[in-house]
Amino acid sequence: MAILLETKGLNVIFRTQNGDLHAVRDLDLSLPEGVTLGLVGESGCGKSTLGRAILRILQENATMTGSIRFGAMDLLALPREETRQIRGRNIAMIFQDPMTRLNPLMRIRDHFIETIRAHEADTTKEAALKRAEKVLADVRVPPDRMRMYPHELSGGMRQRIMIALALLFNPTLLIADEPTTALDVIVESQILELLRSIMKDYNMSVLLITHNLGLVAEFADRVAVMYAGRIVEEGETHRLFRNPMHPYTQGLLKSVIDLETADLYSIPGYPPSLLGPSVGCPYYPRCEKRMDICKTVDPPLRPTGDDGGTVLCHLY
Amino acid sequence: MEPILEVRDLTVHFPVFKGFIQRLFGGADAKVHAVDNVSFSIAPGEILGLVGESGCGKSTIARTLVGLTSATGGTIVYKGRDITRPKPKERKVLHEQIQIVFQDPHAALNPAITIGEAIADVLRTHGIPSPDGTRAPVTSQTPLRPVVNQVLEDVGLHPADLFHDKYPRELSGGQKQRVVLGRVIALRPSIVIADEPVAMLDMSIRAHVLRLLLDLRAKYGLTYIFITHDLATAKLICERIAIMYLGQIAEIGTTRSVYAHPKHPYTKALLEAIPVPDPDRRHEKKLPKGEVPNAVNPPAGCRFHPRCPVATPTCGWEPRDVFELLDRRALDVETRNRDEEALGPRESITTDGQTLRIRAGKTGLPRTQKWLMALFVLVAGTAEGAFVAAVGIAVLLSGFLTLLMTDRLARRDPFEIRQLASKTERVRAYLGEVLTTAPEPMARAVGQLATADGVAFVEYSPTSDPGLRKVQETEVRCVLY
Repeated sequence: MAILLETKGLNVIFRTQNGDLHAVRDLDLSLPEGVTLGLVGESGCGKSTLGRAILRILQENATMTGSIRFGAMDLLALPREETRQIRGRNIAMIFQDPMTRLNPLMRIRDHFIETIRAHEADTTKEAALKRAEKVLADVRVPPDRMRMYPHELSGGMRQRIMIALALLFNPTLLIADEPTTALDVIVESQILELLRSIMKDYNMSVLLITHNLGLVAEFADRVAVMYAGRIVEEGETHRLFRNPMHPYTQGLLKSVIDLETADLYSIPGYPPSLLGPSVGCPYYPRCEKRMDICKTVDPPLRPTGDDGGTVLCHLY
Repeated sequence: MEPILEVRDLTVHFPVFKGFIQRLFGGADAKVHAVDNVSFSIAPGEILGLVGESGCGKSTIARTLVGLTSATGGTIVYKGRDITRPKPKERKVLHEQIQIVFQDPHAALNPAITIGEAIADVLRTHGIPSPDGTRAPVTSQTPLRPVVNQVLEDVGLHPADLFHDKYPRELSGGQKQRVVLGRVIALRPSIVIADEPVAMLDMSIRAHVLRLLLDLRAKYGLTYIFITHDLATAKLICERIAIMYLGQIAEIGTTRSVYAHPKHPYTKALLEAIPVPDPDRRHEKKLPKGEVPNAVNPPAGCRFHPRCPVATPTCGWEPRDVFELLDRRALDVETRNRDEEALGPRESITTDGQTLRIRAGKTGLPRTQKWLMALFVLVAGTAEGAFVAAVGIAVLLSGFLTLLMTDRLARRDPFEIRQLASKTERVRAYLGEVLTTAPEPMARAVGQLATADGVAFVEYSPTSDPGLRKVQETEVRCVLY
């Protein structure tokens, strides 16, 4: 399968008052065409930063090194104007809270007109609205909602509209950053079903960023687990859930509370600070299987076996 | 056992703000029905879960129990005393007895004072509780540090002496939630209301805080009301559980019976929708349609009926469900155009109680002609009136009178009346056709289709709330039982 997106040795560093914050560290990730990759981790592990880094929409104080290849292009080497054209057209993104992403002073239809004209400036209003109507039908939103303002719509409707905006240009990659976290559980399932069918119709790859392991289990083909700015384990979803290799993945899976959970488990300790240099394995202080070598030597990247995945650990 | 807290028919409505003009002309005042006739009781030492989606009223109940919102109706009885509307002095005592933990620990702590100080503050206000239930007042001489340190140890923040002087910004989310819990148990309350206490925390540390909640209950004999949207956590923590929907309890019973044999279709839907962290158990889900409707005007009958996958014709179908049907039909451009052509714009469809009306048209002079004539009368009348005031007014009046008569006569035009009648008949027939495309229970709930005076209307029979009924071990609000 052709590789759609690939990062090699990607580093993202934020300059802050308290020093350099290493949000993403030496990160290698590849996403084949037509695959849904779930990127999971706890808050502050750098998963959202990675999503934004791909689109290059990080804050001013961020510096990036390494490479992000998208098809034949290196996104980090592209000039500003060209990345702007890729955003929304080839790579689209949807965010957690649709309320803060839609302009409260604009009607829904004006969002569509503005988005289309940002890429195709000479589109007439009528042509733009016609296209909007088509994608709205794809996300099951009645056309009369176009007259409305965002506050008149429910959370699920708003997220559907965000998805419709992302679909306007048939992107090949959709980055979904916690797309259902702000929604209730039933609406969450509805939106996921919708995303699943749209992915097929539009032939998109999806990078699903979430903290919810249940979501990933139901939705993703492959999973990457992030901890302290690194991908500690990557692999095929079934393998990763059935046979997790990294101690952090094991701990995370054990701490999920679902309807079958009988007793409470939590990983001891807290995630490390990302400020300053890091020596050895970042999970060392919390790990149940730690060895002396983990404290001082950075863990090696090892293959996980048949599923073509990787694990970042001294155990293997 | 005698319940420690009993809530009877609790109702909380919030007024909807209206502008001046709207208040002058708009009829009845709109209200958000946040909580409607909710009743439950809790035994001492029990953990009761209030579970539901956002907007179901679970947090409003929590706020009402601690006096942050006042009840519109119903009563709250704590240890045999009515505390629905406490006097200010009573309220302070109640705060010592009934405490609340909020969802966001980052917002619950004052960033400018140390956490030791935050806990010391509540002791200064309420005194240091002693085992016999009295509270010793705190003076400036009272050594508070050991008391506060004991509290910090209780909530698992050791070494307490080190944490004592830390500021909230130096702590993680989980640690902050422990401080908030410490501040609550420092008062030795008998009831703690925990409003989504772990929703903001990361998965890997949620269990820490949940276990702490259970440990504290064992140590201090607390009673919990545990509010959450997460059915999995509720199953693990609660002994009894109330599933809420749009301000009402849909189902209430022991956790074991509710999870083993969910009865209300909404409970089943919630359980079905939970993502399962096991890729081998992926399956197609049967989900309810749409989203939670607006609580200003909750659906008639069973509030869940418009979304319910197993609804029956008697669940409370009403005129506005037709709008939803039209919405669904509008997803197809062709059907939408046909609907609009036959039924006119959406604005011509109105609902009134159990009746849906579609105005097909009016008899009389065409609207533009009427306005032109009126304008002419006005201009001519005023021009003349400038010279002879009295005659002018007379002419003006007679002019309008003539206009009115012409309109009346035109209205009696038998041809026009016939035409309108047949148009109304067409609208009625089309509406009937549309209604047959509705899901079966809704289609069968449709009452009389009729026409009168240029209006096609559908009459529905009135419905009532099914009410909570005891079914086996649970109480459930559903017509199926």
